[in-house]
Amino acid sequence: MIPERAITLAVMAGLLGVALWAVVADAPFTITLATRAAILALAAVGLNIALGIGGLVSLGHAAFFGIGGYAMGILASHAQSYTPLDLGLMTVEGTKSMPVIWLVAVLAAALAALLIGALSLRTSGVYFIMITLAFGQMFYYFAISWSAYGGEDGLSIYVRNGFPGLDTLDPIQFFGLCFAALCVGMAIFARLRGSPFGLALNAARQSPARVAAVGLRPVRLRLVAFVISGAITGLAGALFADLNRFVSPTMLSWHLSGELIVLIVIGGVGRLAGPVVGACLFVALEHWLGGLTEYWQVWLGAALLGIVLFARGGVIGLLTGKAGPHV
Amino acid sequence: MSAILIAEQVLNGLQFGVMLFLMAAGLTLIFGVMGLINLAHGALYMTGAFAAAAVSAATGSFLLALIAALAAAALAGVLIELLVIRRLYAAPHLDQVLATFALILIFSEGTRWVFGSFPLYLDVPEMLSGPVTLPGGIQYPLYRLALIGIGLAIAVGLWWLTTRTRLGIRIRAGENDREMIAALGVDISRLYTLVFALGAALAGLAGALVGAIQSVQVGMGEPVLILAFVVIVIGGIGSIRGAFIGALLVGLTDTLGGIFLPALFALVMAPDAAAQAGSALASMAIYILMGIVLVWRPSGLFGARA
Repeated sequence: MIPERAITLAVMAGLLGVALWAVVADAPFTITLATRAAILALAAVGLNIALGIGGLVSLGHAAFFGIGGYAMGILASHAQSYTPLDLGLMTVEGTKSMPVIWLVAVLAAALAALLIGALSLRTSGVYFIMITLAFGQMFYYFAISWSAYGGEDGLSIYVRNGFPGLDTLDPIQFFGLCFAALCVGMAIFARLRGSPFGLALNAARQSPARVAAVGLRPVRLRLVAFVISGAITGLAGALFADLNRFVSPTMLSWHLSGELIVLIVIGGVGRLAGPVVGACLFVALEHWLGGLTEYWQVWLGAALLGIVLFARGGVIGLLTGKAGPHV
Repeated sequence: MSAILIAEQVLNGLQFGVMLFLMAAGLTLIFGVMGLINLAHGALYMTGAFAAAAVSAATGSFLLALIAALAAAALAGVLIELLVIRRLYAAPHLDQVLATFALILIFSEGTRWVFGSFPLYLDVPEMLSGPVTLPGGIQYPLYRLALIGIGLAIAVGLWWLTTRTRLGIRIRAGENDREMIAALGVDISRLYTLVFALGAALAGLAGALVGAIQSVQVGMGEPVLILAFVVIVIGGIGSIRGAFIGALLVGLTDTLGGIFLPALFALVMAPDAAAQAGSALASMAIYILMGIVLVWRPSGLFGARA
């Protein structure tokens, strides 16, 4: 059976290889697909911290993804219309600089995750799933009714935001940025999973009472994990909005929350490269099956049912021959 | 803002609330008895609405359409219980979420495949169309009034079923201790199928009833499903009474908030900004309500367990 580390390296090399091959073959659309996969994978890496290590089945991560997207949309729309952003106490200029947008996206998503987490982590199990879903939906409806930033129609940005020293309009350079962000996200995940904090969080998933008995507070561990998780997903949202140069309430829809969970489960829950495997397969399926039939999601649903009922552990579970770091 | 408008909006809120109750009652029974989170409940709502629209278009009878909705949703419920859901009772919540999410994809896209992407329409029956004049001179659509009546009747029926019948005793016993009632000779898997079919039929009925005042389209069940979750979080899992109170609270908050919050903001703000802030806040009102209930009572108003 293949060790997990080899799979991780192979998958990352594969994603990078596809993008580089597309440059040589002059196939910019394939680069866009690879970029899309990298960004979705980053969002799912964020969710994997809460879901895979902490066991928190959050069905509201689209909220953080969308908040990241709107952070980009709002800042960039103010920059392109040269109107300052009125925050009540002070006004700020909009910006087209990616690092600033990323920082704002990460902070805004972390703040939202802190609020949602503080409320929803008072409960667990089925309640937690329903509450994260409901709060996610709250942001969705808020975005729809918030007509100042496009409401239901969303916000278009004419030119992709800039990164110092790079030409982000060149597909491969933008892919490079997203790929680097994915690597950083995965490094954080790996570092976290092996750290005392990650071990405690993992223990809190398996037996909260014992963790409490050794003097750690499970709820606090989960809240910290949830905030980090939301922040990473928020960064992915900002990148996703920049990829499409468009942000709309669809980024906040609960289908996206469901799809992020699907990505993780296809790859393998709690696996470092699980989200990447899932995202690559998902984007490929979406592209190929979507070209064959308009109703490709029927087959996605059927495949998903098959994985849940018969192939617990996902693709990486099948390859390594172990159901997972945990079941 | 006149008293008549307020009374009308309260009735609208009640009508919305009782329809939510039909959804939430089935969900909360399934949670309570089987411990299962069923995201596909909205798909059953949609199934009912589509079955009703198809039968109504073929026969012209609203009564037959309602019967078709009940039968189709119950049948779909029994099928997915036997084929999929049954394998998930002992599984972790993550698997339940995924499998029922997969069912949504299959149902939604499958329905689109069969019926196309255009919305269908279901007409309000002749007998129930047109307005009635209520005491106080309020003109109100008879059909919506009938919905309130049907919803309340079903609430009473469910109360009777769960507290006064043998099946109800088994359902409540199943909520408390499934091993024990299985040991006492109750066929637990048949009970589960039955409860699931009952919940599905209620969802299908709600879909058909609401389908006559909205359009019947793919994905119509999902907003209702999420509101039903909010209802259950507020009411407490497994409690029919909680689902009823929660549904009315959510229905009234959503309807009245949408009307009165913009008006309230208009008292202190410019009309433009008031409409903006009011509608934004109104769209979040029920979730804020849910947040308050959570802080106050994490297991819901009538929930026994957290």
